Amino acid sequence: MSTNILSQLVAELSSGRIRIIDLTQTLSPEFPQISLPPEMGQCLPFRIEEVSRYDDRGPGWYWNNFSCGEHTGTHFDAPIHWISGKDLPNNATDTVPITDFVRPACVLDCSKEAAANPDFLLTVEFVKRWEAKHGVIPTRSWVLMRTDWSKRTDPAAYQNFDETGQHTPGPDAEVVQFLVHERDVIGFGTEAIGTDAGQAQYLRPPYPCHYFMHGAGRYGLQCLTNLDRLPPTGSVIVAAPLKIQDGSGSPLRVIAMVTS
Amino acid sequence: MTRELSRPKRKNPILRTRLATLPPGARSRVALGLTAAAARGAFELQVCRDCQAVQYPPREACQACLSSRLPWRVQAGDGELIADTTLAHSNDLFFRERVPWRLGYVRLDCGPTVVVHMHGDVPPAPARVKVGARLDKSGQAVLIAFPSQEVPNMADDRQLREFTCDPKFRKVLVTDGKTGIGQAIVKAIIAAGADLVWVGHAEPWKKFPGFDELKAIPQVSLMPLDLTDSKSVREIAAEIGGRVDVLINTAEVHRNFGIGNRRGVEIAQAEMDVNYFGLLRLAQEFGPALRGRAADGQSNAVAWVNILSVYALANFPPHGTFSASKAAAHSLAQCLRAEMRPAGIRVINVFPGPIDHEWNQQIPPPKVTPQALATAIVRALKDGVEDVYPGDVAQEWLERWRDNPKALERELSNP
Repeated sequence: MSTNILSQLVAELSSGRIRIIDLTQTLSPEFPQISLPPEMGQCLPFRIEEVSRYDDRGPGWYWNNFSCGEHTGTHFDAPIHWISGKDLPNNATDTVPITDFVRPACVLDCSKEAAANPDFLLTVEFVKRWEAKHGVIPTRSWVLMRTDWSKRTDPAAYQNFDETGQHTPGPDAEVVQFLVHERDVIGFGTEAIGTDAGQAQYLRPPYPCHYFMHGAGRYGLQCLTNLDRLPPTGSVIVAAPLKIQDGSGSPLRVIAMVTS
Repeated sequence: MTRELSRPKRKNPILRTRLATLPPGARSRVALGLTAAAARGAFELQVCRDCQAVQYPPREACQACLSSRLPWRVQAGDGELIADTTLAHSNDLFFRERVPWRLGYVRLDCGPTVVVHMHGDVPPAPARVKVGARLDKSGQAVLIAFPSQEVPNMADDRQLREFTCDPKFRKVLVTDGKTGIGQAIVKAIIAAGADLVWVGHAEPWKKFPGFDELKAIPQVSLMPLDLTDSKSVREIAAEIGGRVDVLINTAEVHRNFGIGNRRGVEIAQAEMDVNYFGLLRLAQEFGPALRGRAADGQSNAVAWVNILSVYALANFPPHGTFSASKAAAHSLAQCLRAEMRPAGIRVINVFPGPIDHEWNQQIPPPKVTPQALATAIVRALKDGVEDVYPGDVAQEWLERWRDNPKALERELSNP
């Protein structure tokens, strides 16, 4: 039976009736990284050094060494990332249940709101309006906040800093608690540099998405792209972080399966 | 009278770019004492501790009393030009390309008669002159006779310019314009006559104070440049490397930690990645480009400036990992100097004392202002020196270090 289902999956993929969409930004030195105040520890940006390229350093082969932080590029946040999730069981990249790596997704289109207001905050009311149209968010789903932020290819526009800090959209404190407790989501995903809004240090509590999601053992995905190519419901996300020992997160390839 | 330097014509692109040639560079170990002083901008000769006779050329034993106690002492350089001649022919490649070339003998007021190159405004012998030491394209000290009084356009003299790195009409890369230091240097180098200044800025999403002012300067071209990113350095070198005459590396990460007051190595890595590996990346990508243009006409590639720190000489434990990164950069800069010398490109290492910026907020004055540092760098280019120690603190530490490095180590570790 299971063989049949998997064969069917492969057949549907081959025929194009199930399509795979890449939700991942390319890891490149130009892609911006999260910036903390300069006196704090920083997340390394992606860097790459050539080891050899069919030359005197290695005549027949090409390869590179790369370096980056756990939270560089399109990446996964494990519950251990935040202090609220530090004592949970199976909270790190090497111990989170692998069954969580393949889950359905709901995509909430906030692109108009984010275009009008870079500090847009997702609210419970917005989610309920979405549910009235598309149905209640199923248990253990990803909730992905589409803002079209990934279309800002200029790093300065993507980061959107001014002298008061970063201005990017995210969820408010109430909606995160609603999604965790009322909808039992598996995690929250965004297109901007963090799952929380750029000004989220001024929310109560600061960085509510990190605080409540990770505190409840849920995950984060950020720097996603191509969310505009996903249906509001019905897609399946494959998001498997690198198996870093005691890792707080990891860059990863995020793909979505959708039916045509 | 020296004619004022004018903006050079654009080069003829169908002609081969000339390769660099060097004047004779061999020196005895003792003669390198003259070079050591000239590298700091000083004219020193040996003076016998026993009979006070001033020595020339440098020697192992006093020419008057055979004493071996011959410490180097600063000389005023005043003297009388007693003979001069104009070289019209030479089999030495360097001088062959530069004849006619004036040479002379000067009897210094302090005693010895020395061989000198001549500034064009020195009248025929006999004449009063002022002798100074300069580094030539081989990086070795030579003596030059200057007019006894300042004359107009003195720095523009054709022969003198073979020994200096004047930014006038040159194209300059300042690797980081985000800091007060970077911006002060950009302004000073433009005031000194630079034609064009490329200014790097990493992480372009972080708009920095002074950005708009910098952007409004007509000679300035801002470009994203991140020394931690090999690709960025490679691409910018590919784009402008063949045009840069003077490279001034202002990029720096400075944090205030020793070993014990900060867990982990990521701050030290960030310091090393910019202060040491950043220099290495720049040197690998821009070094060959500068060497290739070392004889490219009047506005040839001439100099590479590294902003190090006086902490490169001896570790300042409260800023211990920063000191270590600057010591590493100093060592690499010596390697760079060795590799640039065959082309006659001068590598200038600047060793400031504490600079007046946010990472030295809690260091008491005296601190070097960005403007003073910029002035010192322009001065160093104009004089063609190799090592500069701007600021009272740097000067004092240099003296202590030269006198007794071990003592300085102890003094710096007891704040």
